[in-house]
Amino acid sequence: MNRQTPKGIPHTTPRQSATFTQDVNSDIRRAAATGIYDIRGGGAKRKLPSFDDLLFMGASISRYPLEGYREKCETSVTIGARHAEKPIELDIPITIAGMSFGALSGPAKEALGRGASAAGTSTTTGDGGMTPEERGHSSKLVYQYLPSRYGMNPNDLRKADAIEIVVGQGAKPGGGGMLLGQKISDRVAEMRNLPKGIDQRSACRHPDWTGPDDLEIKILELREITGWKVPIYVKVAGARPYYDVTLAIKAGADAIVLDGMQGGTAATQDVFIEHVGQPTLAIIRPAVQALQDLGMHRKVQLILSGGIRSGADVAKAMALGADAVAIGTAALIALGDNDPKWEAEYNALGTTAGAYDDWHEGLDPAGITTQDPDLMARFDPIEGGRRLRNYLKVMTLEAQTIARACGKNHLHNLEPEDLVALTMEAAAMARVPLAGTDWYPGKPGTTY
Amino acid sequence: MQTIDLADSTLRALNKTLYAQSETTNQTQWEILNPKGAHAIACGLDAPIEVTVRGSTGYYCAGMNQKATVNITGSAGPGVAENMMSGKVVIDGDASQYAGATGHGGLLVIKGNASSRCGISMKGIDIVVHGNIGHMSAFMAQSGNLVVCGDAGDALGDSCYEARLFVRGKVKSLGTDCEQKEMRPEHIAILTELLAEAGSDARPEEFTRYGSARTLYNFDVDNAGAY
Ligand SMILES: Cc1cc2nc3c(=O)[nH]c(=O)nc-3n(C[C@H](O)[C@H](O)[C@H](O)COP(=O)(O)O)c2cc1C
Repeated sequence: MNRQTPKGIPHTTPRQSATFTQDVNSDIRRAAATGIYDIRGGGAKRKLPSFDDLLFMGASISRYPLEGYREKCETSVTIGARHAEKPIELDIPITIAGMSFGALSGPAKEALGRGASAAGTSTTTGDGGMTPEERGHSSKLVYQYLPSRYGMNPNDLRKADAIEIVVGQGAKPGGGGMLLGQKISDRVAEMRNLPKGIDQRSACRHPDWTGPDDLEIKILELREITGWKVPIYVKVAGARPYYDVTLAIKAGADAIVLDGMQGGTAATQDVFIEHVGQPTLAIIRPAVQALQDLGMHRKVQLILSGGIRSGADVAKAMALGADAVAIGTAALIALGDNDPKWEAEYNALGTTAGAYDDWHEGLDPAGITTQDPDLMARFDPIEGGRRLRNYLKVMTLEAQTIARACGKNHLHNLEPEDLVALTMEAAAMARVPLAGTDWYPGKPGTTY
Repeated sequence: MQTIDLADSTLRALNKTLYAQSETTNQTQWEILNPKGAHAIACGLDAPIEVTVRGSTGYYCAGMNQKATVNITGSAGPGVAENMMSGKVVIDGDASQYAGATGHGGLLVIKGNASSRCGISMKGIDIVVHGNIGHMSAFMAQSGNLVVCGDAGDALGDSCYEARLFVRGKVKSLGTDCEQKEMRPEHIAILTELLAEAGSDARPEEFTRYGSARTLYNFDVDNAGAY
């Protein structure tokens, strides 16, 4: 209102609505102008109960620590020994998650391979198939078997060190893939056997199986084709972890990849990312429970992903029962994604470093989530690989620091008893006591 | 002719033996007895051999086939010749769901009928069905040719891309973004060749061609109701 407040009457401060926030209003205006939902990359941006709500207690009189830098704290992990002749042996329990060629450039995939190999871990293909860059530079490469089957072929299947059947992704449980026309270069179009420049929507269900009984037969077929040599993982979104993990084990999976709702995506509807799925913290214990109930904990490995950023997150995931973790977004940031050095260009795109998530538009100033030759040329895969290796090493050192402080000579020996929670929510989800108490909501034997 | 009897051999031993055949093997003729609906028979083959399965197969027979010819004298379970790359698979009887799903190349011939989702997400394979096909066939079909000498069920070619769909009989309904197309001489030529290879005496002129109307290729809010 333009009316001046009459003299003597106190001015009330303009009040923003907690319901119709500036963010919400801008979403409404965007929808009204375009007629299409917002599509973006990245994971859930809302605040969720997370690993930040957990703390390690460290050593005390009743537990004694290991000497930092002197007493060994092992980090290796074997994945997939349940049925595979050649399980995956990793030096560190931090793997690189599946990210599609198409979403990422060829050099970015190469850098992921270089960094992961130098750190002694695996990397993973994605929707769109296996590229020679990635195979060539990855000492251990997991080949994703997705509903779209873009680029799927038995020769690449046999080149893989493991196969990951993708049922779901934490950012979009129940959703398919999306790659918009801007990013369909000649090479991407050819690999996917589709016309250039069209919007590609990959299917959300596999074309030739439905349900756990079929999955068991699909796994049999893939094992026959690969001679029972390599492990077969099943990747599920953090939707109904207890049942999904149970069914995947029953179907014969060697390992389970479980992805919470903070997990990144290359391009998905914002409404899907923010409103479907469960937080990473909430899905671990039910998954571990399923493994334990079937006597399969530590036999079928649990690889957890969705918002893993640091060695502390790795240690917490492992303390709650995961065998390893996978990182997507953090690996891209290590390569140089969202680096403030490109701030002027982010501003020109109407955003700012740290908030840039329009990966599907193919205009990434850092040259990582693009197929544009000029932008791609900004990214050096050797330097990127080195940065990723450094970051993986730091995460490992951090996790070891915590494990030693808890008196553990292997990261796998971390346990829920090492943790307390800062909030009731985190206590309930992680099933560890609220700090200062011996209680968490839902604790067996507790009466209310 | 080499014979493997699944009554006294394991699936693993069978597939291992077949996969071990080299490009230049002189053991080119194989016969499999007593399949009894077993799954994943003769999948992942990678040599120019001819395998005849005497009886009916379970899921994924001849899956991901390359170069080989696989004959099934009975009927085939779900996903026969799924993701085939090259070679030929011939089924004397009927085929269950998802026949030829995501196939990249080669020729799949079904002498009986095929169930739903035949040719789903096909990526270059040629499929000839002598009988009828079920609903949602050629869903999201990307490329290749699907030839149906009988009738097609509901929602043929839903959300298809550049695959060519030829149907001789009736189509119960077309899926979203699938439309009837003009038959040009090049299509008659493709059909002539495929029908001959598939041993069908149907005449190319009797077929109608269907394909993508390409209205869903790039998002348009006015088409949102189609999703
Ligand atoms: C750019 C990008 C592309 C992705 N592509 C795929 C994919 O092709 N297949 C898949 O299963 N997951 C894909 N994901 C999800 C990751 O595999 C993983 O689940 C997720 O990134 C883990 O969460 P984080 O990003 O918080 O580490 C992608 C993620 C990103 C960021």
